[in-house]
Amino acid sequence: MSTSSSSHGHAAHGFHVLAGRSPWSWAFLIFLGLFAALGGLAALYMEHNGHWVTGMNNQVPWGLPHVCAVFLIVASTGALNIASLGSVFSKDDYKPLGRLSALSAMAVQAGGLCILLLDLGRSDRLIVAMTNYNFTSIFALNIILYNGFFAIVTTYLYIMMEPKLEPFYHPVAFSAFIWRLIVTTGTGSIFGLMVSRTAYHSAIMAPMFISMSFSFGLAIFLVILTFLRGGSGRPMASPQLQRRLLVLLACFIAVSLYMVVMHHVTSVYSAERRDFERFILFDGGIFPALLWVGFGLIGSVLPLLVLLVPFPAVGAAARLFIASLGVIAGGIALMYVIIVGGESFPIDLFPGKIVSSSFFDGVVGTYSPSVPEVFLALGGFALVGLIVTVGMWVLEVLPDRQSGG
Amino acid sequence: MSESFESSRRDLLAGAAAFAAATLAPGVVLYANAATTGPVSDKARWGILIDANRCDATCDGCVKACAEEFGVTSFDRPATDPQWIRKLTVSDPATGVTRSFPVMCQHCKHPPCVDVCPTGASFVRADGIVLVDRHLCIGCRYCMMACPYKARSFVHEDIKDQKSFAPRGKGTVESCTMCVHRIDDGRKPACVEACSTTGHAAMLFGDLNDPNSEIAKRVAAVTTTQIRADLRTDPAIRYQGI
Repeated sequence: MSTSSSSHGHAAHGFHVLAGRSPWSWAFLIFLGLFAALGGLAALYMEHNGHWVTGMNNQVPWGLPHVCAVFLIVASTGALNIASLGSVFSKDDYKPLGRLSALSAMAVQAGGLCILLLDLGRSDRLIVAMTNYNFTSIFALNIILYNGFFAIVTTYLYIMMEPKLEPFYHPVAFSAFIWRLIVTTGTGSIFGLMVSRTAYHSAIMAPMFISMSFSFGLAIFLVILTFLRGGSGRPMASPQLQRRLLVLLACFIAVSLYMVVMHHVTSVYSAERRDFERFILFDGGIFPALLWVGFGLIGSVLPLLVLLVPFPAVGAAARLFIASLGVIAGGIALMYVIIVGGESFPIDLFPGKIVSSSFFDGVVGTYSPSVPEVFLALGGFALVGLIVTVGMWVLEVLPDRQSGG
Repeated sequence: MSESFESSRRDLLAGAAAFAAATLAPGVVLYANAATTGPVSDKARWGILIDANRCDATCDGCVKACAEEFGVTSFDRPATDPQWIRKLTVSDPATGVTRSFPVMCQHCKHPPCVDVCPTGASFVRADGIVLVDRHLCIGCRYCMMACPYKARSFVHEDIKDQKSFAPRGKGTVESCTMCVHRIDDGRKPACVEACSTTGHAAMLFGDLNDPNSEIAKRVAAVTTTQIRADLRTDPAIRYQGI
């Protein structure tokens, strides 16, 4: 086990790489590798045959891969929360987890971007996307923002690991915090700037996505911490910090819920959007179920209860883990509603008129994810686990003693 | 030994010549297909006026002509089959008035598809025709999400029997080109020509910027509308009687 120490903040902390490459840890890595490989094979299958083998079609051009990709990309910036709390907001208790937070943020974003890239019609043209920019396109700007995120967070992580660069610690940490807000603004604006569909084109999309990133990202980070705890047998956060995390995650969940509620309430008051709201809130089959039960109940209300109501029999760590799983499940459900639900509602070429055609005009789009899409999405999540695990093996990101202890 | 060396050198040269020919030939063909009506400029703005009163609900001559012109064939998978032009039936629930007419890419002056395209593959030509550069399209489908007219299709499977003037490709997005290859040859779009052949003559093609053109005169004389005019995309396809 190699160790290093850094004096960022008030107290010096020691760090080490993930120790103990036991058969179990290898098995875990192989398990993740298998899913990542299956994701790659699924992408090859889709690329070879064309997208007709997926559930996507000309009415619903973005399916489950986009849902999971956007979820991960949104969550990635939130996975940086803990690092920002330690550096930008000077909460010393969080500092020992800053390195792991930065590594997780990059891993989660890499997983999301891989899914997005492999779902393109022409994934082989990545170089075209990297060398031809249309600057009115929020997609093009996002490519720059995502690349910038990797550059800034890599620098941030390096500075956290290199005591000689301490003078740059605060400026880079602050830049990373501002950049992550801009990145998520860009992701939300993919939908917020879209004038064509009733579901989108709203200024609330960007701040709503930022609020979602705070809760989804923290939830993913807490799951990573829980896995680490299970693997090493020692808590990564002190009981005191765990209690603070209970309140922090609850606040983030509450803000996300508030944003989503206000988004729909505002839309209901517009006669133009009322049909869509009726569809997404009540009549639209799976979408209202995913919104109310998936995001509302499993992703918001139950996690809030688990986090805020004292359960003497259940420890704080377990409550954080359970709530985080709920937030992640609810987050994916919400993203499915936003993306697939928004597309499925027919485009209104002639508002107020009854429209039909051979091209499914006026008809609710149909979409059900195919097996390759499911594996491509799972592959992205597996890649996140792979990058975090290998990153912890080679980089000194784990604190020697309990965070906040 | 020396003979075999000569032979392999000849093979190499022959191979290089074949490679060069294969590389250059498409460019030569493209050059040969360049506009015969002179350089494209913004002097003209090509448009189509569609008279819904003259369009027969049972006729799909324009749709068939387009499919034939570009080899847009069905794979018997309606949800993923591309459609460049379709017949829309629109009825007013309050009055019961029903109209049928074709809808295709509206060739907007301010096209949302061009705004959102990350690589610039979607672009507006100087004369207002909205096109997709198939070499730049990465198949992200953001333009399909952003088009208010549902005018774009994603190519979901391998394409056979392609036309040299309109290359298509699996994994890219496509839509009506207003038969730009015909316009550059001084001809009318295939759908307009077919509509005329069927005797309905519901489609009028021409230069909206030329006050002496028939389309400009008609647009100036009768009330015409653009689909979703409230979005201010300013389509070049106008409708009468809807």
